[in-house]
Amino acid sequence: MQKYSIFSLVKNALTGHQNWDLAWKDPNPKEEYDVVIIGGGGHGLATAYYLAKEHQITKVAIIEKGWIGGGNVGRNTTIIRSNYMHDENGLFSEFGMDLWRKMSQDLNYNVMFSPRGIINLAHSDAQMNAYARRGNSMRLNGIDAVLLNREEVKELIPMADFSDNVRFPIFGGLMQPSAGTARHDAVAWGYARQADSMGVDIIQNCEVTGFDVSAGKIKGIRTSRGNIKAKKVGLCVAGSTNILAEKLNMTLPIETHLLQACVSEPVKPVLDKVVTFGAGHFYISQSDKGEMVMGGDLDGYNSYAQRGNLPTLQHVLTEGIAMMPFLSKLKMLRTWGGIMDMSMDGSPIIDKTHIDGLYLNCGWCYGGFKATPASGWTFAHTIAQDRVHELNAGYSLNRFSTGHLIDEKGLGTKTWIS
Amino acid sequence: MRSQNEFSYGGDATVKRPEINKEVTDQEWDNFVYNRVSPRGKHLELWQHLSGCRQWIKVERDTATHEIFNTYKANEEIA
Repeated sequence: MQKYSIFSLVKNALTGHQNWDLAWKDPNPKEEYDVVIIGGGGHGLATAYYLAKEHQITKVAIIEKGWIGGGNVGRNTTIIRSNYMHDENGLFSEFGMDLWRKMSQDLNYNVMFSPRGIINLAHSDAQMNAYARRGNSMRLNGIDAVLLNREEVKELIPMADFSDNVRFPIFGGLMQPSAGTARHDAVAWGYARQADSMGVDIIQNCEVTGFDVSAGKIKGIRTSRGNIKAKKVGLCVAGSTNILAEKLNMTLPIETHLLQACVSEPVKPVLDKVVTFGAGHFYISQSDKGEMVMGGDLDGYNSYAQRGNLPTLQHVLTEGIAMMPFLSKLKMLRTWGGIMDMSMDGSPIIDKTHIDGLYLNCGWCYGGFKATPASGWTFAHTIAQDRVHELNAGYSLNRFSTGHLIDEKGLGTKTWIS
Repeated sequence: MRSQNEFSYGGDATVKRPEINKEVTDQEWDNFVYNRVSPRGKHLELWQHLSGCRQWIKVERDTATHEIFNTYKANEEIA
């Protein structure tokens, strides 16, 4: 594989950029693989990469219905953080933060990781107390957290509304300085390029139509490009998990919902933090191109549409304008939607299943992108060793029936309750 | 025609609560509380006309196209 560097850039610039290697190949499916990963998104590509790198399993195929990186890894708001209170989420995400920090070097691909910090705004004394508690829990798990008062927040984001007559005045906030953003497409492409170079087959335009299971063991998958035998199969298809589960006669604690995001026209640098509104559900950051990247609530009903409706967008942007009134002056550049696996407790599932050799990675709700490296790493471990790692032991499928829910914020599918 | 803003979603309408005064297994509770089919296509679901007459209704809707095929009263049994 051609290594990317300043020298390769200069050399290829001088030859008119005609001699770059393809970043990954376009192979036909082989008859059999040791591991088949269904879903060529961030989590699937990362899983294949860590299978090859950490476990030396390279007879691996990624089966993607469309094109790699075309789903939620290309549709998110690129926020990376580990500001969780519960141990399961905090330790898992902080392990991921470490992988994010090393990712550009590790993949020889600039993922533009920008640890600019995230501020969760508080709008009442009670919320300040809750943030103090969450911040302390984070620090006990080795995650950086700083409780900011109103003046300190004003220093960092003076463009927010600090006037006295607002409905939700800013009391302060909880900041994780090491959180930030990354270039989402680069994450998918970086993992794909490295996985491909280690022998993983990335098979695009190949839809999974069924599974071959006999005597409680997975034997292979059926696809639009023929049958493929596999010793192990991993599902990484957030947004389509329920569709594939139905083909396996499994009913999961997941509903498929739609989440919208949007960007404004590009403007000069104004916001160098990720900020979330504490009196509703709205988050914002500014991209390197100058666009304000925004998102918020689910559309609120089961949907596979991959496009949203206006009432939710209006609701979300109303919150944004309440928090930062200057947003009302901006023109909207693009809006789009992605379909999410909404698990019933708002936390993901990375586990084995009742079918031998079939593994499940799903239920990422609002937070799939930031989990990409940790999810791939732990899922690869779970598949390779046929047992869960301690980092994803809490993300079990049976936690719902045993009562061991990870109820971080009470945000599952039921947005109408919150 | 009423605006979508007036309505609030109430989830999958095909889920049935286990019968009272009957032995209920953990699996049955699990299915009732947590597990959902969440199909792509026709989906029978509960909606409430929250900013209106406050009636609960059942709606048969396509989860991919948002087309609405039918509406029913909340207590109507559907074949």
